[in-house]
Amino acid sequence: MSSNTTASPPTGVTPHARPAASARAADLVDRSWRPLALLLALFLVWWAVTVTGLIQPYLVPSPGATIETLVDNSGYLIQHTWITTLETVVGFALAVAFGVLAAVLIVYSPTAEKTLYPVLLFAQVIPKIAIAPLFIVWLGFGFSPKVLIAILIAFFPIVISMVAGLRAVDPEMLELAATMGAGPLQTFGKIRLPASLPHLFSGLKVAVTLAVTGAVVGEFVGGNEGLGFVILQANGNIDTPMLFAGLIVMSFVGVVLFFLIELAEKLLLPWHPSRRSNAATTAF
Amino acid sequence: MTGAHDQAGVLDGDPAAADGATAAAVRIEDVSVRFRARKTEVLALDDTTLRVGRGEFVAIAGPSGCGKSTLLKLAAGLLRPSSGTVSLFDSEVTGPRADIGYVFQRAALLEWRTARRNIAIQAEIRRMDTGAANRRIDELIEMTGLAGFEDAYPHELSGGMQQRVALCRALLHRPPVLLMDEPFGALDALTREQMNVELHRIWRETGTTILLVTHSIAEAVYLAGRVAVMSARPGRVIETLDIELPDQRDYAATMSDPAFAAATNRIRRLLGAEGGID
Repeated sequence: MSSNTTASPPTGVTPHARPAASARAADLVDRSWRPLALLLALFLVWWAVTVTGLIQPYLVPSPGATIETLVDNSGYLIQHTWITTLETVVGFALAVAFGVLAAVLIVYSPTAEKTLYPVLLFAQVIPKIAIAPLFIVWLGFGFSPKVLIAILIAFFPIVISMVAGLRAVDPEMLELAATMGAGPLQTFGKIRLPASLPHLFSGLKVAVTLAVTGAVVGEFVGGNEGLGFVILQANGNIDTPMLFAGLIVMSFVGVVLFFLIELAEKLLLPWHPSRRSNAATTAF
Repeated sequence: MTGAHDQAGVLDGDPAAADGATAAAVRIEDVSVRFRARKTEVLALDDTTLRVGRGEFVAIAGPSGCGKSTLLKLAAGLLRPSSGTVSLFDSEVTGPRADIGYVFQRAALLEWRTARRNIAIQAEIRRMDTGAANRRIDELIEMTGLAGFEDAYPHELSGGMQQRVALCRALLHRPPVLLMDEPFGALDALTREQMNVELHRIWRETGTTILLVTHSIAEAVYLAGRVAVMSARPGRVIETLDIELPDQRDYAATMSDPAFAAATNRIRRLLGAEGGID
């Protein structure tokens, strides 16, 4: 018989809570009303400075004019948003593939670490934006130079976070795996890789917003498609409502991609400390 | 190493019945371990010999840094001796051994797995039959009092419960020998007593050979049939005491047993730290 039937029951166990739908909704409201209030306040300031004529409309268009531009040109904007989103997602996906691979190489091979790491660091020092014109020369005005810039800019945070993640594994866990007769593949798949995911995800969140920047920079430098092109053209025409519209759509793309990564993290890492129930982490 | 499951017949029986006439479960002979730290060489173990018979429960007590843990790692094959030989069941240890169960001071659980799946990793890595493994997990959960906590994640469990999970994981494949490195060192005194009682019961029920490292003299004497006392670095076994207590040990009764007091006093004197340790 187990002794906890006679002794006091084991302590320190918090119930495995699954919040009800209403509780989740309340939680969502609680988390989102403050940033929404701030955005609303900024919107009001924007509206106030334009309606009072404090700033000329050709410098800062009114919210009304911007929304009108957004609606009137929705087809045009959607077409270009699609291009930028595609460049971003493809660039980001390739950056993840290459970044994770490079990180595994760096962690598993001392030679790769000594060879790759310094070069990586050096490459990071070169401003990617400054290489963008070169890619246009090499690859033309199409899709590929934008993707390449997105890859380059998103690659570094992914490698760094993945290397940190793979190294964060508990050394005793690795010894235990050895006593279970685990091969290198099993140790990687069952222990090292899952242990690295929280680190990887924090890198991915940085990387995905950088990938948007990379794609847009590519479009600035050369091309006739994408939100970067829209903004550049609006700029040339001093069409500030369109410029603002482009900026708003671009931010929207970045925010949506960021939250998609957060969603993936939530689904894949329900166990992670950052995902634990609020009851345990908030004091009041 | 495969097929560690299904040695149940030998291991679940009476420890005495499984006790071969001569075969030792763990044999550490004339072993020295030297670590190179920068330019100086540290002698962690000096010409140490220790034998653990099948089904025996042996505790190693000694001051911090005396090489107790090193001794366990040698037995597990996680560390190679600088000289001397280590063997498990008469086969020399030349690399990590899979025919053992290992428990660390920290539970070392995978935080993305529930208690049950943390135990199951042992079965997954060994590619054990899923049905048999699941039945064994149920049995161990029942035996260690983890019932009701199977689906909790490690961060939701107390230190004692985490260590129970680690113990189940180490016992899943019915290892012929269990190596425990200060398994209860991080627990509070009350939980520790409770775990001591449970571990002793588990040893009696499974008949597994256990080699346990501890810096608690009381724990060593309460649990073990023999206690190996080690000197400070460079560590070596200075004396091995037979504990004259019945196999069935009630905790409170054992604490007031004159044989218990005699053994703890003897060990304290050997360690030259009367009252200073434990």
